[in-house]
Amino acid sequence: MTSASGSIHLEVTPPLQYRLRIADTCLIHAQRLAEWCGHGPVLEEDIALTNMALDLIGQARALLTQAGSLAGQPGGEKPSEDELAFLRDERQFFNLTLVELPLRKASVHAPGGDFADTVLRNFLLAGWLKALWSRLLSSNDEELAAIAGKALKEARYHQRHAADWVMRLGDGTGESAARLRAALERAWPYTAEMFQRDEVDAHAEAAGLGPARDALRAEWQIEVAAVFAEARLDLPADTPFISTGTRGVHSEHMGFILAEMQVLQRSYPGGAW
Amino acid sequence: MNSSTISTELPKTETTAEWPKTETTAEWPKTETTAEWPLWEVFVRAKAGLDHKHCGSLHATDARMAVQLAREVYTRRQEGVSVWVVKSIDITASDPGDKDMYFDPMEDKVYRHPGFYELPDSVNHM
Repeated sequence: MTSASGSIHLEVTPPLQYRLRIADTCLIHAQRLAEWCGHGPVLEEDIALTNMALDLIGQARALLTQAGSLAGQPGGEKPSEDELAFLRDERQFFNLTLVELPLRKASVHAPGGDFADTVLRNFLLAGWLKALWSRLLSSNDEELAAIAGKALKEARYHQRHAADWVMRLGDGTGESAARLRAALERAWPYTAEMFQRDEVDAHAEAAGLGPARDALRAEWQIEVAAVFAEARLDLPADTPFISTGTRGVHSEHMGFILAEMQVLQRSYPGGAW
Repeated sequence: MNSSTISTELPKTETTAEWPKTETTAEWPKTETTAEWPLWEVFVRAKAGLDHKHCGSLHATDARMAVQLAREVYTRRQEGVSVWVVKSIDITASDPGDKDMYFDPMEDKVYRHPGFYELPDSVNHM
């Protein structure tokens, strides 16, 4: 399973990929939010963003541990949560592309450093995760249902916190509203992937494991529209572009985020602290 | 109200009412982004039945944000089940200069403590 590069390579089955999509979305979103640590606009919000990142890492850990138990060869060694997080290569990560886009640091596609991007991404994702967790409560995988039970409370809070900021910025000053609209233009094309049904979704739905992504759309859109109305934001029109992170094909930003995230474990294999 | 009918409905107090809409306070000008946010005092109830204890302060633009940030800053280690916030400016404090005349005279009034009195044996369970 371990290659010369120290990477692990998984035989990816639909139930494994289904779990890794959620786990990796939480993990990479957390990694981006954590970039705000020490840089928040005010101390209190800095702590809030870090708290949310830690919630998401907790969710990722639970899911990766479970995924690891499904991932190994029969009778062989099972990869641990750490091995899955730090020794997988880019093509074996299955997060939504949205979460890997730069958030605080600048790039060609996003100016970065704009708190509006963070507020908006947090809001769009928290609502999506909330809809997902609430359906996973009735998963026929009891462990997954238990993880969802804990995570749902966290996602509900994340959504409220982020929604408040969306309303504050959207209905704030001309400057804050313009920045939020710009952030929405940047993020919106990547929301299509959140509801893009494929064979992995169909498998999970048929097996009673969890919902297909397209089943989350109606609830998500109603909640987003309600907050956008308060924030004086219009729902943008859908675009034909569909990102492919959940299929393991990532944006150019993914390699950099993994390099930063994995460097320690790859430089000091098995290092623990 | 007719004296023969007694309403069983609780009056809608501030704590039972819906979350306040986000609002900017009068002393917080909307366009000013460099000014400091107002200060709030935070009170946390550790568990049901106990009273809310003052635990610190924070900056927030309004009450709703203050409650959320209080949750973030002061209950990260499961310190509480309920949070109160009060604008620091709304608290009236005694003057430290009055300490002598306000509080020192109580020093020698031991008879104000219940332990000062000897109870007759017939009074149990005090």
